[in-house]
Amino acid sequence: MSGAYDLIVLGAGPAGVGAAVTARSHGLSVLVVDENETTGGQVYRATPQAFATRADAPANPDKKEGAGQRQSLLASGAAVAFRHSVWQVSPGYRVDAVGQGGPVHWSAPAVIAATGTTERVVPFPGWTLPGVIGLAAATILLKSQQMLPGRRPVIAGCGPLLAAVAVAVLDGGGKPAAVLDLSGPGDWLAALPALASRPDLALRGLGWVVRLKAAGVPVHFRTGIAAVRETADGLAVTPCRVDADRRPLPDGAGQDIETDCVAVGHGLTPGTEITRLLRARHRFDAALGGWVAEHDADFRTSLPGLYVAGDGAGISGAAAAHLQGQLAGLAVARDLGRLGADAHETAAAPVRKRLAAAQRFGRAMARLMALRPAHAASVAPDTVVCRCEDVTRGEIDEAVAAGARDVNQLKAWTRCGMGPCQGRMCGETAASLVAEAVGSRGAAGLWTGRAPLRPVPMDLLTGDFTYADIPLPKAAPL
Amino acid sequence: MSAPMFDVAVVGGGVMGATTALMLARGGLRTVILDRGPLCREASGVNAGTLTLHMTRASLIPYAVRGHELWLSADQWLGRGVAAVSTEGLSLAFTPAEEEMLHARAAARREYGAPIEIVPASRARAVEPGLSDQVRLAAYCPIDGFASSYLTGRAYREALVEAGAVVREGAAVIGVDSGDGGFSLRIAGAEPVRARRLVLAGGVWLEEMLGWLGLRIPVKCLINQLVVTERLRPVMRTVLSVANGLLSLKQFANGTVLIGGGWQGIGDPKRGGVQTIPENLIGNTRLARWVIPALAETRVARIWLGLEAETADAMPMIGAVPGVPDAFVIGSVHSGYTSGPYMGRLLADLILGREPERPLFDPSRLLEPQAAPALT
Ligand SMILES: Cc1cc2nc3c(=O)[nH]c(=O)nc-3n(C[C@H](O)[C@H](O)[C@H](O)COP(=O)(O)OP(=O)(O)OC[C@H]3O[C@@H](n4cnc5c(N)ncnc54)[C@H](O)[C@@H]3O)c2cc1C
Ligand SMILES: Cc1cc2nc3c(=O)[nH]c(=O)nc-3n(C[C@H](O)[C@H](O)[C@H](O)COP(=O)(O)OP(=O)(O)OC[C@H]3O[C@@H](n4cnc5c(N)ncnc54)[C@H](O)[C@@H]3O)c2cc1C
Repeated sequence: MSGAYDLIVLGAGPAGVGAAVTARSHGLSVLVVDENETTGGQVYRATPQAFATRADAPANPDKKEGAGQRQSLLASGAAVAFRHSVWQVSPGYRVDAVGQGGPVHWSAPAVIAATGTTERVVPFPGWTLPGVIGLAAATILLKSQQMLPGRRPVIAGCGPLLAAVAVAVLDGGGKPAAVLDLSGPGDWLAALPALASRPDLALRGLGWVVRLKAAGVPVHFRTGIAAVRETADGLAVTPCRVDADRRPLPDGAGQDIETDCVAVGHGLTPGTEITRLLRARHRFDAALGGWVAEHDADFRTSLPGLYVAGDGAGISGAAAAHLQGQLAGLAVARDLGRLGADAHETAAAPVRKRLAAAQRFGRAMARLMALRPAHAASVAPDTVVCRCEDVTRGEIDEAVAAGARDVNQLKAWTRCGMGPCQGRMCGETAASLVAEAVGSRGAAGLWTGRAPLRPVPMDLLTGDFTYADIPLPKAAPL
Repeated sequence: MSAPMFDVAVVGGGVMGATTALMLARGGLRTVILDRGPLCREASGVNAGTLTLHMTRASLIPYAVRGHELWLSADQWLGRGVAAVSTEGLSLAFTPAEEEMLHARAAARREYGAPIEIVPASRARAVEPGLSDQVRLAAYCPIDGFASSYLTGRAYREALVEAGAVVREGAAVIGVDSGDGGFSLRIAGAEPVRARRLVLAGGVWLEEMLGWLGLRIPVKCLINQLVVTERLRPVMRTVLSVANGLLSLKQFANGTVLIGGGWQGIGDPKRGGVQTIPENLIGNTRLARWVIPALAETRVARIWLGLEAETADAMPMIGAVPGVPDAFVIGSVHSGYTSGPYMGRLLADLILGREPERPLFDPSRLLEPQAAPALT
């Protein structure tokens, strides 16, 4: 598989589908690449074909939206390459991926990066124990595998996923042992005006809260996790009250909660791997989830032909992601000369209007999930921050004290961020700690973007070959 | 109050500049070292860390042997090591043409003192059981090894501070003026730095730096690709290379395997290394898997590019800058990480008025004819 297209869309979540369908409707040839089995991304993650759905499964608006988007992409005539992991995007643009058949590549003058987000977890003692999983990760189990993360999980962290996961556990026949929300009721109230922009979603959220209350699930506000430890028959979570900055209160520790699983998430970070790799300009905005590629109102980045859309362009939720994708698709059509300026304006104006409303809602949720520096600063010295390389908070502090001034220098000195997750897990906490010393996240910098975007299996990358298939360069000088 | 006058300013904090500065500070000179970034984050902090004789230019072997010793004892003279490991090395041939090359290259290196012997494939596999059964012939060297180059900056920074040198990271030099019995270095966004003597140690940026002094010496910039895998069960224990020098392969204690060999990416001194060339990545990893088939089990975790300097004759320039009294240059050393700690000592000896143990590499041979020094 290889070939040339007008546009390659990376990611088939709501943003990627919006982009591809829109670009197709203006006559562009489009390829969509995603490592998943089908469209949906994180939010509309499909159940594997072989799975039967329970007849009594509650009606789910996400499922409907996801099915609709899947259908629209199919009908659009866009080419698709599912189960292909993109490992490099080169200027111009060339996209390299590996699939089960080995290495492949495609080219296009325009690329839309719609690769979504990564979940953030600020470490605490016990966060690497088996049974402690991400909060967003729990949604994958629930949606795709239709599995409960636990029968009586503790659900902890911040943002709307707390209630969504807790209710999904109830729906599946489990009962959360507790919900620990770092936000306080006041934080949620502050978000109310923005929530009014999406009454449907606000109502759905309210319904969740009512469900939890009716089911007798204890919900603790302004509460985080002090520690998790293993017990004879599961896990014990020590909750801890926090202040408005999410700093643990000195005598805030509460009674241990017995559980079989901890689903914990402290927000989402935009996936900037592709825009960093290509050296587009970025800026730091905590409210958007962290570093984001700079972009204009039509989602053009600082590099000609490179566009971003969806949560990868700043956390703003599934509805906004879809509309952003549409705007990016329209921009590509215009920039490639398939859509005149006036026609572009006419098509974009209503989408922009809907996006403004969707974004207000999404960004209010993103603010609830934004990382508070005091939270990262509360990690204890002997807690492991980089779990791939076993680097503790204490080792990070030591390197910073010895003169490591930015995240890349920290990485070289400690191996923090050098492991297989490529810094996705530890990056936010580590950067926040460096920023404390050097003044700002801007000064602490961001990990240099490097290929591969995802670890690539050597056997797939190298494929079948003989010695003659290796294009040996000229011998080194003697 | 005017700025202090240093005895010497070293511009460029790679292994060449940092070693020179360290030895000068220990030699009693008031030393300042300036780098526009952090110390040892260019070639000296991203290189493959191979401490091998199999890939070194033959005439540089005596320098590399000393460098190898110095890295292995770094915790003694530097204070903090770079996880240097001593092991054996094998260079391999897979075709008759490569067998010939292997013989010729081993002979040339032996002439300069490398204890390399040609061994049959069976012997190579006894040394390294995970080797491919396609090997036809091998060159064996008991002196080989590797370090973790990313640790270099931290080690040198601590040693330099300890020795009393002033370390200026994030200080980009943009030009040099002469006068007042010394040099005045212009720094982007900061006060000038003054020093009686000047050492230019700018890696691939040396061409630009020599231009500050009105000299023109072309420096070629290689964009070398490196690939590291995820952790893997132990699959090899030596340093492996191939006859033509296009592979370097080693497994670190943590299980990751580093694949290098000088395959090229896209970049230049202005932008740095910007893009991997997919064919070169696939070629380099195929060669690695060809040599150690078990590499098929792992995944590529990361690819990066580093910038290596090379002069017109691919030999170093280390010594006095022609026509500019009190200015010195060090760089463009093939396999320069290995010999760096030794090369820096040699230049420091020259500056401190001691007789260097081995000959330096006079830059004047590289001068473009039309050049005329601006400073006198
Ligand atoms: C684990 C997780 C669960 C979430 N659950 C919910 C939820 O239940 N409800 C909710 O409202 N929001 C959820 N979110 C937030 C979610 O990010 C947005 O709601 C929405 O999915 C954003 O859409 P998007 O199109 O920007 O990105 P995504 O939906 O994340 O789509 C990005 C797609 O890009 C693909 N991709 C990325 N990199 C590559 C690569 N290198 N090669 C090939 N393909 C690649 C991914 O496989 C993915 O399908 C979740 C986020 C995460 C991380
Ligand atoms: C990918 C790669 C792999 C390699 N593998 C090996 C190996 O396995 N074994 C081996 O022996 N050798 C290896 N080498 C070669 C070795 O790394 C180099 O020879 C050596 O590190 C060069 O050191 P240097 O100090 O001359 O240059 P550098 O380390 O590049 O240092 C130059 C410094 O000058 C600074 N600078 C530039 N401009 C300015 C300015 N205007 N103001 C202030 N500072 C400035 C830079 O920031 C930089 O820190 C490899 C090289 C590369 C690139």
